[in-house]
Amino acid sequence: MRTNYRWISDVSSCCCLCFFSVSPEQIKNLHKRFQQLSDNEETISRENLEKIPALANNPIRKQIIDAFFDKRNQHQNEVGAFQEIGFEQFLMVMSHFRPPTLKTTEEEREAMRKEKLRFLFNMHDTDNDGTITLEEYRKVVEELLSKSGAIGLEAAKAIADAAMLEVASTNVPHMAPDDFYEGITFEHFEQILKGLEMESRMHIRFLDVDTMTMRCGKSKS
Amino acid sequence: MADPRPARSRFSPRLTAAFLCVFLLVFLRCASASRDVEDPHDHHGNSTEHKKAFPVLAFNFEHVRKPFEISMWILLALLMKLGFHIIPRISHVVPESCLLIVVGLLVGGTIKAVEGTNAPVLDSKLFFLYLLPPIILDAGYFLPIRPFTENLGTILVFAVLGTLWNVFFIGGTMFAVCQIDGAGLADVDLLSCLLFGSIISAVDPVAVLAVFEEIHINELLHILVFGESLLNDAVTVVLYHLFKEFSHEGSVSVGDALLGVVCFFVVSLGGILVGFIYGILGAFTSRFTSHTRVIEPLFVFLYSYMAYLSAEVFHLSGIMSLIACGVIMRPYVEANISHKSYTTVKYFLKMWSSVSETLIFIFLGVSTVAGPHDWNWTFVVFTVFLCLVSRVLGVIGLTSIINKFRIVKLTKKDQFIVAYGGLRGAIAFSLGFLLTDSKMKHMFLTAIITVIFFTVFVQGMTIRPLVELLAVKRKKESKGSINEEIHTQFLDHLLTGIEDVCGHYGHHHWKDKLNRFNKKYVKKWLIAGERSTEPQLISFYNKLELKQAMMLVESGSTSKLPSVMSSVSMQNIQPREPPRRRAMPSISKSREEEIRKLLRANLQNTRQRLRSYSRHDLMIDPFEDNVSEVHLRKQRVEMGRRMSHYLTVPANRQEAPPVRKVGFQPEHQVFTYDDAESPRSAEMKPRSAAVRLLNELPQRSDQSDAEPNAKQDDQEDQLKLSRGLSDPGPNQEQKES
Repeated sequence: MRTNYRWISDVSSCCCLCFFSVSPEQIKNLHKRFQQLSDNEETISRENLEKIPALANNPIRKQIIDAFFDKRNQHQNEVGAFQEIGFEQFLMVMSHFRPPTLKTTEEEREAMRKEKLRFLFNMHDTDNDGTITLEEYRKVVEELLSKSGAIGLEAAKAIADAAMLEVASTNVPHMAPDDFYEGITFEHFEQILKGLEMESRMHIRFLDVDTMTMRCGKSKS
Repeated sequence: MADPRPARSRFSPRLTAAFLCVFLLVFLRCASASRDVEDPHDHHGNSTEHKKAFPVLAFNFEHVRKPFEISMWILLALLMKLGFHIIPRISHVVPESCLLIVVGLLVGGTIKAVEGTNAPVLDSKLFFLYLLPPIILDAGYFLPIRPFTENLGTILVFAVLGTLWNVFFIGGTMFAVCQIDGAGLADVDLLSCLLFGSIISAVDPVAVLAVFEEIHINELLHILVFGESLLNDAVTVVLYHLFKEFSHEGSVSVGDALLGVVCFFVVSLGGILVGFIYGILGAFTSRFTSHTRVIEPLFVFLYSYMAYLSAEVFHLSGIMSLIACGVIMRPYVEANISHKSYTTVKYFLKMWSSVSETLIFIFLGVSTVAGPHDWNWTFVVFTVFLCLVSRVLGVIGLTSIINKFRIVKLTKKDQFIVAYGGLRGAIAFSLGFLLTDSKMKHMFLTAIITVIFFTVFVQGMTIRPLVELLAVKRKKESKGSINEEIHTQFLDHLLTGIEDVCGHYGHHHWKDKLNRFNKKYVKKWLIAGERSTEPQLISFYNKLELKQAMMLVESGSTSKLPSVMSSVSMQNIQPREPPRRRAMPSISKSREEEIRKLLRANLQNTRQRLRSYSRHDLMIDPFEDNVSEVHLRKQRVEMGRRMSHYLTVPANRQEAPPVRKVGFQPEHQVFTYDDAESPRSAEMKPRSAAVRLLNELPQRSDQSDAEPNAKQDDQEDQLKLSRGLSDPGPNQEQKES
């Protein structure tokens, strides 16, 4: 089993550091956590994550765990799901939650926002057809309200329908009665959530960046 | 007056009226002053000598003098406010607060000219007990919680450390200045300087509100400056009392300084605690007010005012107490009180705070004219200069520290606005007024007034063009978007989850814990009935839906229809799938009846709950009924739809009843989330393209003979909205042509 430091140097050596835009110290901390979660194995599986007690109260627990094992979030143009992930994949998912810094330029902010929205989109689009259909959206709302009992489930459908309608009317204002709105595409998704400024909201303080944000191509050793 | 020029024909009646009031007031004061010995009963003393005729008309002003004067002042203030908004040109350039001060100056000048030295002054007691609380309560009750808590650290640093820095810098430097020979300030000692510093340093919430509200700056900056102005009250209170006490004794020891620090914590935390207690009490009381809706708003006001007064009794921070009370009380009270009470609370708070603000500025002007002044060039000039310098230095210094801990850093532009927005106002004046009379007091007061004038006039007037020049982000108009709400909640949970995976107990983790605690225990105690278990997303959705419905019912005529939005309807987004035919055994008629009765009973419940849901603009009664009707009908539609899943009935052609009156047409559009004023409005094709709401047939029929819910074939997959009559009982099937 590799020691922490050698492993870190391995990671650094393959430019993953650049790509992740996370500082070495953060990587160390995350690695420690990873070891903890995986019982000192090299990979973690869903069961490891499901064992986290604090997650039990989270209504979207399943989606969060799935997001870790989703191949789309690894930015390698693959689809499907892993059974187990290693530390690099773990870090990759975590890097979606880094905040912008004072030095982040406008284009970088845009790219960051797109990346984060893409992460959210992947969480909703479970069958990976590139759109969030009404059924999928309904499921999202149902999960959100899953801890609220019967009231939640009844209203979830109406809420999801209304939300879908809002997306449709915002993005495609003129639809003939016979047209069918297939689902929320990524562009529409971006459009509807423009106001939320995702790059500033979707971050974890733990990953406060204080190093470079160079992007070299991801190369694996 | 700062008005002149055109629109005279329109404006002069008001101006005349205003001046009339002023002169009447002045006249009455003079008249009353000379009538001190007037006594109508004098007549009786002379009755033995000659019988006086029965006085048909008598003049007795003393009797009503005080309320009369108060009303005259308030009326004057409001007429002024009215006048300014009629002349748009002025109100774009000059903020209202400036104009009001000028009016105050004029009125004060008039009174002084007429009456000599007997001009009214801004009485500190009047200010602190009557004029200030409504403004603070208004601010606290409607404080946007999310940005406030997200930036709480920054706000506290600015409020506490920033104010401390200001006090000591200004106090110390002024003392150094006073040592300059030839300025005639040699008798001002260090403690007096520090006292002066503590009065002049605090950013004033009234002034900040007055100016910032007009420039519509983005939420972050607004909450930073405003939050700072609210929270620095504790620091001001402590330092003011500390230095006041010690300036009598002449020296401060280290022990006293430590006590001061302890006092600070006591004052601030104590104030918050007092506010918290009253807030909980208010929330708890509102739980039981379902039968006496009329007095609900009073509870809100009185509990808050009591919180303020109770805090003031113990010299705790009244402002923080008031804010805490409003913030704590609001979510629970809003869940409990009726829609009308909510509107009442909102409008009364806005009204009172508006009047208070106007009066404060006018009185500032009047007091300027009245008060004894001692102008000392060195002192005043240096004060103004130092206030600016210390503010800028303080903000820059603190931001460099704060930015290490912030995720969303404060840019230079932000820092500039924060520094520039440090306005001083009436609180400083009143605190100065409370000082014991001495030569120094007059000098201090003069300096304070000069600083206030400078900040309000110069900074207040120039901040708007500066904001535009620097292209500072403005407040974005947010209309309620269900998608944003869904994703805000989703994001909350997601981030909490990620934090849990990281093992990092951060901001989200604790917020989540607090929410769960709130949901599990607190809500049950403080919210009446079933509202206590309602999740936030659902209440948001319901509010939104009702808002839309209300708006559309209000603008219900056909003439407004064409301007309405997109033609996207529910049918466009529903998947076209063949309706699932459930192979269920047919249910007997009696069972059907039972089910229907059950559903209707549910709807009745929904209807009762509806009465206290809506949180929006004041509507006249009939509309409110209409609106709940709309909602009710939708509910019925839902119920009917659910029924259709369980009742298998041979497919039956719908009768084609006549289409109902157009007035109810708008309810179709409820689900399109654009306002009538939306720029995206499209031509709305009349009825044929009407939005259909739900997928399946929602019909319900009470006619025992007719087989109601036909199974849908693809054509009738269109949604028909049932157009029920006013009473929820029998309804007819309607069909959209």
